[in-house]
Amino acid sequence: MIRDSLFLQPEQNLFQRFMNINWGLVILLCGVMAVGAACLYSAAGGSFSPWADKQLMRFGVGMVAMVVVALIDVKWWYKLSWPLYFIGFVLLILVEIMGHIGMGAQRWINLGFIQIQPSELMKIAVVMALARHFHGAGPEQVRRLTFLIIPAFLILAPVGLVMLQPDLGTSLMILMAGAAMVFVAGAPLWIFISGIAAGLAAIPIGWQFLHDYQKQRVYVFLNPDLDPLGAGYHITQSKIALGSGGVYGKGFMQGTQSKLNFLPEKQTDFIFTLWAEEWGLFGGIALLTLFALIFIVCLRIALRCRHNYGRYLAAGLTVNFSLHVLINIAMAMGLIPVVGVPLPMVSHGGTAMLSTLIGFGLIMSCHVYRHSKVTR
Amino acid sequence: MAKRSDDEGYRTFSRRTVLVGGMQLIGLGVLGGRLAYLQVVEGNRYKVLSDKNRINVRLISPPRGLIVDRFGVPLAVNVENFQVHIIREQTQDMQASLLALQKLIPLDNQTIGSVIEQSRRVPKFVPVKVKEELTWEEVAKIEVNLPDLPGLLIDKGETRNYPYGIETSHLTGYVGAVSEEVLKAEGGKEPVLSLPGFKIGKNGVERQYDREMRGKAGAVEIEVNVVGREVRELKRKEATPGDRITLTIDAELQRFAHELLTHERSASAVVMDAHTGAVYVMASHPGYDPNLFSRGIPYNIWKSLLEDSALPLSYKALVGQYPPGSTFKMITGLAGLESGVTNPQRTVYCPGFYMMGKQKFHCWRPQGHGHVNLTAAIQKSCDTYFYTIANEMGIDKIAEVARRFGLGSKLGFNLEDERPGIIPDKNWKYARFGERWHNGETVVNAIGQGYVLATPLQLAVMTARLVNGGYAVKPWITEKIGELDQTPQEAPKMTEVKDEYLRQILKGMESVVNTQGGTAYGSRIAEPGMEMGGKTGTAQVQRITKEQRALGIKNENLPWEQRHHALFVGYAPIESPRYVCSVVVEHGIGGSRTAAPIAKELLLKAQLRDPSSMTVRLDEEPVTHSMEGIVFPDRKPGHGTETGEGPG
Repeated sequence: MIRDSLFLQPEQNLFQRFMNINWGLVILLCGVMAVGAACLYSAAGGSFSPWADKQLMRFGVGMVAMVVVALIDVKWWYKLSWPLYFIGFVLLILVEIMGHIGMGAQRWINLGFIQIQPSELMKIAVVMALARHFHGAGPEQVRRLTFLIIPAFLILAPVGLVMLQPDLGTSLMILMAGAAMVFVAGAPLWIFISGIAAGLAAIPIGWQFLHDYQKQRVYVFLNPDLDPLGAGYHITQSKIALGSGGVYGKGFMQGTQSKLNFLPEKQTDFIFTLWAEEWGLFGGIALLTLFALIFIVCLRIALRCRHNYGRYLAAGLTVNFSLHVLINIAMAMGLIPVVGVPLPMVSHGGTAMLSTLIGFGLIMSCHVYRHSKVTR
Repeated sequence: MAKRSDDEGYRTFSRRTVLVGGMQLIGLGVLGGRLAYLQVVEGNRYKVLSDKNRINVRLISPPRGLIVDRFGVPLAVNVENFQVHIIREQTQDMQASLLALQKLIPLDNQTIGSVIEQSRRVPKFVPVKVKEELTWEEVAKIEVNLPDLPGLLIDKGETRNYPYGIETSHLTGYVGAVSEEVLKAEGGKEPVLSLPGFKIGKNGVERQYDREMRGKAGAVEIEVNVVGREVRELKRKEATPGDRITLTIDAELQRFAHELLTHERSASAVVMDAHTGAVYVMASHPGYDPNLFSRGIPYNIWKSLLEDSALPLSYKALVGQYPPGSTFKMITGLAGLESGVTNPQRTVYCPGFYMMGKQKFHCWRPQGHGHVNLTAAIQKSCDTYFYTIANEMGIDKIAEVARRFGLGSKLGFNLEDERPGIIPDKNWKYARFGERWHNGETVVNAIGQGYVLATPLQLAVMTARLVNGGYAVKPWITEKIGELDQTPQEAPKMTEVKDEYLRQILKGMESVVNTQGGTAYGSRIAEPGMEMGGKTGTAQVQRITKEQRALGIKNENLPWEQRHHALFVGYAPIESPRYVCSVVVEHGIGGSRTAAPIAKELLLKAQLRDPSSMTVRLDEEPVTHSMEGIVFPDRKPGHGTETGEGPG
């Protein structure tokens, strides 16, 4: 099924394309980044080192990468979808074989000049591969079960590998982002209903495959008072920090819970807690609003894109981003068990920052080249 | 077709994408709601938890109130106690530091081991005590060598010190660790009690005014981080020092009395103001060094104190109950005058004994005193005279007068340990033994034997009421608590007491000392205007058997425990009595022999020092007293230590 063209689109020169970048989104991202830098500065006790300076540098690099990615015609990304997925997959297997131990889990590959986390790459690659797969499919095709075999494989293979690392959080996110793409692509609803049902049914079986520390996290989530100084400590202290922030917060750099180290992992997983402790409900709501605006802008890009690949890609990446945000903050508030998911753009961490900004670059590419001809 | 299906696909996509977007926004909304719940609804609860997390409250021990005598001379003070501590994180090798310290001060290997052990169990920044009670010399040595002693530091604590030591031992008492029972009973209200090293009064004034002297603990709120390291001080409320207790005691006179008593095995003395009841001296020997207690007394010393038959731990001047012997005869005489059975002119013939029916009661002088009137009977302490009038008036009259003069009941003294003594009468005996009173008992009790018991303090009070014109003075020792005056109201005159009768009694007491033939003539005071009056007493501790009487065994040849108690009550000057005193020498054989000489010295010295009048002496010149080794804590505002006003 070859289509001559999707939509007519006049050729743009580089400057026009550059001006076409969604600068509103860039401003929103800078806003989130500013929050992150403030938190890291405060977490270090009023110092740019060791976190805030690096984070700002990474942001600079990431922004350049984002713009470059945004200016590359989306059809090239379409063409790179399979190779990237393949590379990511190979790296995931590699990390299994020669993975390097960190935080009790094998997640990194050291390439000498850079440490990369294949699961981060895979989060994007899975979305790209699925977008490509669904790009040319009509609604009837998508409704056919056989057409969903490949997406199922595309999703479940990396999910399984990441789970082996073991990184339950990331694998579940790949699964959910993938499922969301299958959903927006128009797969029949009964698949999701039965899938959720099957998932619920599988919980008792899956439970046995969880590692002890993962089981412990679930126990503690269900009853944080079980072990307030041990495993429940993270949740309890995070809630104390959040709650004690009150409406107006304790003030910049005045967060006692984080300053005095009662709050663990304050510069990574629990950075939202630090923010809300110091800036209170106003700060917390402001940050949530920033994220909400980002979601809306990105989904609007997806809806306004004139080709399927861009629509699916933008939607998938937005879901991926929003899952990070929602899961991380829900965890900090004690709504879900502790999972090692960073708050994008805010938490300290190199790979996550880069992959997030590259993700936004791709979304912007879908915006800049929304009229582009993407052919099979 | 393609277009149609594409439109259909796009519609599905749009619908579902909007749905996904809606779910994302709902998710954020839920998070916002949760945040608001935590920060607004539960905010205060978490604020408390957060403060609990970060704020450690540390109590500041209040400096204990001082005990000073009537001139402000300190009897109990707080002295700096230098201690050396070690902090694990400040040294790379704890053992090396401690071994270096061992070269400077005596320190056994066992201590080194236990210090290292202890500091491993606490966070690395917490100081662990290595040794306390360092001498100046040791402190200096350590200070000089500190660069070579990484991790060590010198700190100051406070120890209670009693400058007069054994001389005021029972009076001041001592302090000791808080017992489990006290902690359980009061610990909830007074958190300071659970401070390590906090001491409370265990005896004497220290115990009586413990609450007043404790003061109020201060507190520092310290912000700590998750491992408990202090980050900064948030709030500080200084401790309120305990009240100073000002006693009526004259420490120098007390020291003098103690000196006199040490010549005996066991003795006590009280010097009191005849008109106010203020106690100047209340000394008891043997005593103990209260400084040993405040530092933690070695077991062998404690054991020997407990086992000593002379009972060094007992404050005999206050709690010792003795048969008053002949010092009781003033009461019997007065009762005789009041009841009319005798008068100054009446004489009784003493053949050396008194017959009551077939019962024979011996006078202390076997050859008898011949014809004696009341004055002579007191002067010579003739038992027969008092047997006679006692038998005529009966025990109840004697008991009534005795009670009026402060015997037989507690007197509301400041130290609650005081004892009531015993003044028997018919009802008392029936209540106590369920038996009728015998007349034979009347005559025995009339000379202060039998059931009659009195404490040295009561005997001093009795004497005071006799010589002050019949004013019912009560003894007291606490002049001020803090700045609050504790002086009791002026004592009322006892209306039943006739001045004329008192004059008769005093005439007798005057002649006891100052007229040849008086039982204490040898102890008279020669200094003109300072003469004393008084009465000797010799109390049997067991009946003199017929054989002893027949063999003429002298009392001093008996074992110490069987010898008579020696007593003396006296007053001076005789013209206008100011000071009264009572002296009891346990097993001292005879009042005139051992007790009267002590009383003489004491009353002479009391008049020379005249503590009743020299109330402002301290401002003129420092009171001399031995204070070696005493360092007065700095008078830092807030730190709350206080010093005696005089020296320091």
